[in-house]
Formats: sequence, structure tokens, C-alpha cells
Amino acid sequence: MNHEPDVFELCGRLAVLSLMAVGGGVIMVAPDLQDYVVSGKHWMLNAQFTAAYAIAQAAPGPNLLFVSLVGWLVGGWFGAIATTLSIILPSTLLTFSLIKLRARQSGNALSKALQHAFAPISAGAMAATALMFARASDTGWHSGLLSLLCALIVLKTRLNPVLLIAAGAFAGIVHLV
Amino acid sequence: MHHTTTTTGTSVSCSEIGACTLFWAFSRIALSGFGGVLPFAYRGLVEKRAWLTPTEFAEFLGISQMLPGPTICNVALMVGHKYGGPRGALAALAGLIVFPFLLVIALGVLYQRYGSLPAMRDALRGMEAISAGLIFATAVNMAIAMYRKKESMRRQILKTGLLLPAFIGLGLFGWRLIWVFGVLAVVGTSLFYCTREQE
Repeated sequence: MNHEPDVFELCGRLAVLSLMAVGGGVIMVAPDLQDYVVSGKHWMLNAQFTAAYAIAQAAPGPNLLFVSLVGWLVGGWFGAIATTLSIILPSTLLTFSLIKLRARQSGNALSKALQHAFAPISAGAMAATALMFARASDTGWHSGLLSLLCALIVLKTRLNPVLLIAAGAFAGIVHLV
Repeated sequence: MHHTTTTTGTSVSCSEIGACTLFWAFSRIALSGFGGVLPFAYRGLVEKRAWLTPTEFAEFLGISQMLPGPTICNVALMVGHKYGGPRGALAALAGLIVFPFLLVIALGVLYQRYGSLPAMRDALRGMEAISAGLIFATAVNMAIAMYRKKESMRRQILKTGLLLPAFIGLGLFGWRLIWVFGVLAVVGTSLFYCTREQE
């Protein structure tokens, strides 16, 4: 918030990042994005960044919309629309070109090797993102325990995540975390 | 312009669906998608509308996950393209994004106005802890799915050799994704290519 935010700079960065979000969705770019808009540029507080994510999770629709909210906080409506487009467009173009190529390209040894390599990198990146959010919301062992408990419930049951988010909001209001 | 190559006649009788229909169908799917759109996409596309067979859905999903960018957006593009060409693809994608986008921004406006209220801050703190847990669960699920594939010991170790540096580099050292991903993707792809099993 100190400097005049440059939406185009942010969009360029997002466009590059979006091409690296393979396998697990756009959340994976969150640590890099946070580093940029919070620590690097001071366009928003860390609390605003993590709140943007929590809000987007609680709302229906694709998770990528947390980027729109970050864009909105940085540059209003223009920021929201521009950041959304820059996270969607690169991969859209790539998907289009793949639809055209698909018939002869799918299943060759190199694309299989790519898939094999992307899976573990994505899993590692996803775990790093979880760590970033856990640190951001850290209020002592209570919040860490709540995060772990939530992860366990998701892994063991098929409970809708929205119910968990509501439970989290309640836990916050009654000062359990 | 319209690519109507319907080789799999089992899914839907008509081979073309209008852009408007695609837009509204994906809007409905997106707006019911609390906590992740994919399960609702399956329900909406396979069970309710029969636009895809379960096998086609799995195939589209697999390709989408391999591609960069939001998985669900890539699925929408492919479904839209199948029934309405490039126009249909964009209509499906727009349907997925437009209304949830407006909703999220509306919530953002509320956050700007009331976010500093103590109760709101408390609630958000709890929601953030949950978010961290949800993402962690996704990471664990991805890892489980990856290790469950029956492969040689060498390749299982190689997976760990990519997962751990990615986590440590990004999570503990805070290195930039572009470097970590770039190096690991090149090294990993070459090693997996060299150790590929002849089928």
C-alpha cells in the first residue's frame, strides 16, 4: 500500500506463475504471490492476503478466484479483471493448442515422463502452500492443531469442506483459536 | 468452425450444444461448487446431463491435470470444445467464472467494510486455519495417489527426490516457484524418460 501498485507488473508475474500450476490448481502459486504483493511490494498486509484466500474458499466456484480478490485489493475492478484474465489466459491458450494436437501427441514417452515428473513436484509445492497458510494464521498451537484436525477429517471422511470452513469461523469467534 | 467429431455416441444424442446452454450449465455447476467444483462437475456433466461418459470425464480430467492452470477451467474448455467448438469452449469457461467472480468480489467489498470488526477478524482467523488444513489434505491426497501407482523402486525414490526438494525449497527456504519448478521439472522429466519401462 506504500507504493503505487502496478497492476500490469502483477499480471505479467501471474501469467508466468499460472503456467507452473500443474496438477493441483492455482493455490500452488500462493507463496510466490504472497512474497510478491505482501513482503516485496507492500501492496497489502499479510492478513488481507490470507483473508482473501479464506473468503474465496468459503464462496462457491473455482479456487482461482482468490487471485481475483487479491487483484481487487491491489487495483480495484481493473485489478480484479486483469489478474483473473492473466491467470486463465495462458493455460487456456495452451489447452486450445493441445486440443488441436491431441490426436497425435497423447501417449508418447516424453509426455508420460512429464506427467510423472509433475506429480511429485506439485505435491511438494502444495505442501509448501499449506505451510505458508499455516504460518500466516499461526496463533500458537491451537491453530496448528485445528489445521491438522481439519486435514485429518478431509482425508478420512467425505465431509463437504464448506462445513469445515463454517466450523473454523465458529472456532475463531468463540476464541478457540 | 464447429468440430463435431462425435465418435463416442454413448454420451449425448445431439452432437452440438449452443453456447448459451453451455454457459448456463457451467454457471450452475460453478455456483453449486462449494468447497471445490470438480465433484459437482461430475454430477452435472456425467450424471445429470450425460454430456460425458464416466470414462470421458476421467480422460478429460487426466489431461486437464497434466496441463498447467486451473484443472476445472481446462475441463470446461474441453467439454465446451467438444460440443460447440472454440465458441462453446469460451462460453463454458465464462460460465464457470463470471458469477462466482462477482460473488467473490462482493464478499471482498464486505470484507473491506467490516473486516476490521473483532468478530469478523476472529472468524477469518479460524477459516484460515481450516484453509491451511484443506490444502495440506490435498497435498497428502496427491502424494498418496502418486505413490500408489505400481512402479519400480527406483522410480518411487525418484518421486521422493522431487517431492522433498520442492517442499523444502518452496516451503522452508522460500525460493521462487519459477526456479524450483524449472530445475525440478527438467531434471525429473529427463530421469523419468531415461528410466521408463518398456510396455
